Amino acid sequence: MSHKVSLTVNGTAHTREVEARLLLSDFLRHDLGLTGTHVGCEHGVCGACTILLDGVPVRSCLMFAAQINGKSITTVEGLSADGKLSPLQEAFRDAHGLQCGYCTPGILTTMTAFLAETPKPSEGDIREALSGNLCRCTGYQNIVDAVKLAAERMSAKP
Amino acid sequence: MKPAPFRYAAPASLEEALALKAEHGDEAKFLAGGQSLVPAMNFRLAQPAVLIDLNGLDALAYVKAEGGTVRIGAMTRYHTLQRDKTIGSKVALMAEALPEVAHPAIRNRGTLGGNLSHADPASELPAVVLALGGTLHARSKKGARAITAKDFFVGVLTTALANDELLAEIELPVFPPRSGTCFLEVARRKGDYAMMGVACAVTLDAGGACSDVHLAYCNAGETPVAAPKAAQALKGQRLDDKTARDAAEMAKGEIRPFGNVHASVDYQRHLAGVLTRRALIAAYGRARA
Repeated sequence: MSHKVSLTVNGTAHTREVEARLLLSDFLRHDLGLTGTHVGCEHGVCGACTILLDGVPVRSCLMFAAQINGKSITTVEGLSADGKLSPLQEAFRDAHGLQCGYCTPGILTTMTAFLAETPKPSEGDIREALSGNLCRCTGYQNIVDAVKLAAERMSAKP
Repeated sequence: MKPAPFRYAAPASLEEALALKAEHGDEAKFLAGGQSLVPAMNFRLAQPAVLIDLNGLDALAYVKAEGGTVRIGAMTRYHTLQRDKTIGSKVALMAEALPEVAHPAIRNRGTLGGNLSHADPASELPAVVLALGGTLHARSKKGARAITAKDFFVGVLTTALANDELLAEIELPVFPPRSGTCFLEVARRKGDYAMMGVACAVTLDAGGACSDVHLAYCNAGETPVAAPKAAQALKGQRLDDKTARDAAEMAKGEIRPFGNVHASVDYQRHLAGVLTRRALIAAYGRARA
């Protein structure tokens, strides 16, 4: 039995028929072609698939597409507009906050929501907020630096 | 991996949800926040034939202070509880434990009712609800039933809920004046399961001696584990380094940790001793404040 879902993703409305067992992560990647959302562990540990559901970060591998009727989702593709990176994305580029990039979409969505709620975070706050996202390349140091840089730039703007 | 096929139902009312569960029994699972159930389904450790999604039931998400108790709807998410003023002021033990539960993205979805129904003995909140002496209100098509926290947790991932029942509400007593609580744990990394954790509540009489003490532990056995002997021994006593140490030593003998790759049974008991002493002293200080 399929389920009809209508939702908004990155500001665009979509309506699809989905099978009950289709994970939201696979729906975004395969049905909508938004492959920026990465799939790592598929049990909620690695954080690579983190998206913003009505503005708050959630694991898209731990939800079913059938559950998201009427919801609004932002994926990593929705963080930039008109080809211009968000301040957080720019800071990741400038501070070398990624190497292979596999974890990056989940970290960007997680930290976008974090900075909205915590505009002037301490390094401890940043590390705690990052604790649910695994990165196996960077040793996290440059990710922490990138988030700090983004927070400084964003709070410096009037 | 991907979940096995199932039938998905999103009931519009509690009554409809309970009717579905009564109809399908063990074949059906309630889906709350899904932060434990969906991983189990992705691994195919859980293969429910019917999934009853409770996420549309807003009536099951609330925090209400009534008389000497706080009532929490089962679908209230950790994120909401963490920011709730009633929880912060009247159920400080839970407020202190919530930031230790997993990570923000998990706390944005996970629910108190789902957590308790999952009954993972390593989780913080079963120990908190046990230490608080909470009452768990179950609903089924047939009616309602109240279960004490002590009777609710039966074994690893096993509760006293019958196969047609839903945990609908968690009722927590508000401690009287001159009470203090403390939650402490040691985890290898922020957000990981604790190697050992303690939930502690102390109430003092007018003379400053303990009139009531509760101690409960996570990752200390097949269920959240209480230490009633250690708690009882403190009654009528003043809390100081000596009495806290003695109680901690007793509590170490009352818990039944399994040990795992990260912490041997001896190390878990050692942690329980250290954390019990620290938590008792901290709760005592808060009770006097």
